[in-house]
Amino acid sequence: MSLVTPRFNYHKNRSFFRGFDRILTAAVAALLFIGTLLVYAATRDWYAANGLDPEYYLKRHVINIAIGCALAWGTTLIDYRLLRAYTPIVWALGVLGLGFVLIPGLGSEVNGAQAWIALPGGFQIQPAELAKISIIVGMSMILSERGHDSDIPSNQNVIQSLVVAALPVLLILLQPDMGTVFIISCSVLTIIAASGASGRWVVALILVAVVGVFGAVQSGVIDQYQVKRLQSFVNPNADTQGSGYQLRQARITVGSGGLIGKGLFNGPQTNGRFVPEQQTDFIFTVAGEELGFLGCGVIILLYLTLLMRAFGIARRATDPYGRLVCTGVVAWFAFQTFENIGMTLGLMPMTGVPLPFMSYGGSSMFATLIGFGLLQNVHARQRG
Amino acid sequence: MNQRTRLSMIVIQIMIVSLLMALFGRLFYLQVAAGPKYREAALSIQSRDTIYPATRGLIVDSSGVPLALNRTGLAVTIDRLALDKQPDKGVAVLKKLARLLKLQYRDVYRKTRLCGELKVGNRSGCWTGTRYQPIPITKEANADVALQVVERPDEFPGVDATPIAIRNYPGIVGVNAAHVLGYVGPLTDSDLAGINGTTYYRSESIGKSGLEIQYDSYLRGIPGIRTVIVDRKEAITSEGQNTNSVPGDHLVTSLDVRVQAAAESALADAVARSRANGYRADSGAAVVMDVNTGRIIAMASYPTYDPNMWEKGLTVKQAEALFSETNGVPALSRPIQGRFAPASTFKAVSIMAAANAGYDLTKSYSCPANVKVGTRVFNNFESRAQSTASLKKLLAISCDTVWYQISFDEWLRDGGLSPIKNPNDYFFKAADSFQINQKTGIDLPSESAGRLPDRAWKQSWYDANKDFYCNYREKAAKSQQTQFLLLLAKENCLDGNKVRAGDAVNFSIGQGDTLVTPLKLTQMYAAIANGGTLWQPTIGRAIVKTDGTVLKSLDPIKTGTIAATPKTVKFLQGALREVIVSGTAAGSFAGFPVAVSGKTGTAQVFGRNPNGSTKDDTSWFASFAPSNKPQFAVVMMVSQGGFGSSSSGVGVRKIYEAIFGVVNKKVVPENVIFPNGLPTTLPKISPATKVKTIGAK
Repeated sequence: MSLVTPRFNYHKNRSFFRGFDRILTAAVAALLFIGTLLVYAATRDWYAANGLDPEYYLKRHVINIAIGCALAWGTTLIDYRLLRAYTPIVWALGVLGLGFVLIPGLGSEVNGAQAWIALPGGFQIQPAELAKISIIVGMSMILSERGHDSDIPSNQNVIQSLVVAALPVLLILLQPDMGTVFIISCSVLTIIAASGASGRWVVALILVAVVGVFGAVQSGVIDQYQVKRLQSFVNPNADTQGSGYQLRQARITVGSGGLIGKGLFNGPQTNGRFVPEQQTDFIFTVAGEELGFLGCGVIILLYLTLLMRAFGIARRATDPYGRLVCTGVVAWFAFQTFENIGMTLGLMPMTGVPLPFMSYGGSSMFATLIGFGLLQNVHARQRG
Repeated sequence: MNQRTRLSMIVIQIMIVSLLMALFGRLFYLQVAAGPKYREAALSIQSRDTIYPATRGLIVDSSGVPLALNRTGLAVTIDRLALDKQPDKGVAVLKKLARLLKLQYRDVYRKTRLCGELKVGNRSGCWTGTRYQPIPITKEANADVALQVVERPDEFPGVDATPIAIRNYPGIVGVNAAHVLGYVGPLTDSDLAGINGTTYYRSESIGKSGLEIQYDSYLRGIPGIRTVIVDRKEAITSEGQNTNSVPGDHLVTSLDVRVQAAAESALADAVARSRANGYRADSGAAVVMDVNTGRIIAMASYPTYDPNMWEKGLTVKQAEALFSETNGVPALSRPIQGRFAPASTFKAVSIMAAANAGYDLTKSYSCPANVKVGTRVFNNFESRAQSTASLKKLLAISCDTVWYQISFDEWLRDGGLSPIKNPNDYFFKAADSFQINQKTGIDLPSESAGRLPDRAWKQSWYDANKDFYCNYREKAAKSQQTQFLLLLAKENCLDGNKVRAGDAVNFSIGQGDTLVTPLKLTQMYAAIANGGTLWQPTIGRAIVKTDGTVLKSLDPIKTGTIAATPKTVKFLQGALREVIVSGTAAGSFAGFPVAVSGKTGTAQVFGRNPNGSTKDDTSWFASFAPSNKPQFAVVMMVSQGGFGSSSSGVGVRKIYEAIFGVVNKKVVPENVIFPNGLPTTLPKISPATKVKTIGAK
């Protein structure tokens, strides 16, 4: 199967939603639901105690989900093979957004990273979240272009795809947002591996990544606060007030949940607000404390289900573009989930990465739901 | 899909599954395997305990009269949480409060800071508790001030006034007993680091000295604990568990407030009398003991201090005065910490030694003006020369030379400077049977042991000082290099490990290196009085619970028997009676209606006072009474008090006057303190117990 011409299944459109992977949908729905409860649990008591609306975050989170679902639905409407034509626009928009945040006055700084664009009405968007999609579709487009005589991408294609990835990554490095860079790098590697490109590319890229990280730390390109976070990962007791404090509190909060947890809304660590950023990057600590090992186990199983179903869609995709997009999305979800929960549990260094489908935060919610939409789009268009 | 892509997809899938498995494994470790550890860590982050101290048990005398009780004071407290919420962190409020209470703002500020908030070295007076409990600024506010604070919460936000239990030593019938009772104080870091550290709660008051610390584990009780769950801003989010406090147990002592008060005033009188006679009289001690059990009925130390000053808030000036040399170091408890040469009171031991050595106690011995011991001449100190007299008479007049002769003869018999194997050492052995170099084991902290300068002690002293004396010219100060001292150093270097003739004769009259505490000498005279049993001195009689049941009965403990036959003891008792009848104490006890036996002692003291004057003699009087059926042993010591009889002898007589109800040399039956003997049953305990009124005056 070389170049695939788009097929339009207009007759399928009537029963469009039947074309979705229901188990995947169910897993995402379950994660969204649990996430909503956890965001509420993380903020309810603290806001009430300080005389604020206890449902403030809950309401906004539900709105985010609603917008995200609408975006996901929109993503599924047009055949992904048609969407492919818009890929350059998507990519360009992503890069533009990343460029904007770096312009003083437009971007705003949070936790040491210039990663946000403030919008009217107190809303903010984080272009790096949407840039992940730009990179995935951009690389997939280039890597799925094949010569007539070849089943694998040419070296030239690989280089082009790397350039497509490198520009936004460079802009994110300038913010700097190391967590997102890490996730994108892993996804890039996965897409290249899945494209059928030579194994030498994969090995070479891993080497470049290792040398790059080492060089960045040595040369001081990485900010002091990034180095501190890495240090506190290695020795969490070293910095008991800064990021070491956060990591220690996170670990204690999760560990204190035990087998069955303290019960939803009943976690004293959570209600006492001992873990900062608990509704966003540290949302999993709420699950850890209040739902315990059993509840967390269910959440991890839901992620496993989600990833395996999504992977199944990638495998069954009949065209390289669909396969690569889905693989990219799976890699993105997998590495972001691993980085976030891993950080919470002390397996990974601290980076400001939200947990897909669960953390409070619009940009991340929109991006992951668009990713979910892409998966369902590819799935829906494989039959008939 | 080509082969390579297929392979890649499999690898990617395996990788994703293993990533999630890693999370799963880590989660299992954190929540299940290490769960308990993290639960505990979380608890320490969230929970705050507030300690509500238990009511401290009472300390009462043998008839139930309270020596230490709890009084209600009016405490002005501040709430740190409320104070910190003020825009200026409460500075204005504290300044206003300091003015109202007539205190320094600096002191008030420091009292309201947790110790951890202040710099090391600048922490005295800091709050040892937590910020969640009311912090007292004063415990003795007057009602007007308290009312002002409570009625104007807008002016004094976070300030409150509440009744608070404070330890109080009521001083009934003028009793002080500061050294015996001790005091309580807030827990310090060093208390927490000490051996009992784990049993304490922060912000508890604990016994710091005397009986208060000795029986602290009973008296303290168990504080109530209120646990609250707080958030990151330290606001209380929920109530944890509460436990009620368990009041402390009471301590019944063998003390008697009336005897104690009498002993204290008799001692103060003795000191005053000595000073009136031109002696320095820097300190003193008086002990009254039940000879048949070792129980302490009174124990006085001079100079003393107000045991209530800690709860009133000790000032730096007061604290310094406690340890001031010019004030005689009031903090020292002389009866158990003061070590003095016993002088002639020790001749009772020499009589036993002589008897054990085979001397006939009934025979006559000579008391020359001096005895030549080797090349040195030893003079009689207290008494005039007598040609010959019975040993009884010689004890009564406190002849020294008879003991010089006997001890010198015995020293020679033991081989002199080249001692024989297994020397008889009658004198050392007689003294050793009183356990001179051991602590008596009284139930008070910080007791000192006496010193028995026997052969073993000599050797250890020599081992420690040989280097100094053998290199005296280099090591000693220039002013110490007189002809005499150089000679002495040479002698000490040569054979300082030997008991020399001079040591032996000095020992026989309780001089030289021999040291005892007043309590030890009381124990010794009690043993002579009771026929030879050494009882461990005790003050505590029983621990009684608040419901009146006896938790622990503290029974007398026999620690040894003195090296004297019943015949010797009988002789000794008779000889000691003779001291009062016709001897050195006859004047002091002239016409006293109760038969008292005893011995004076006037000990030479070497060394100088801080002002450079030579030290005056130590005045001793050791006694027991009634002579025919001994019940009480009474010893008084006045340091630098001059002659034994005039200072201490009269002091002891005054104590006996109180005990036996003697007024104008007659026993007034209504005034007898123990008309039916010493109490054998435990009293009912109530803070309101009054002293039995003494009838006619």
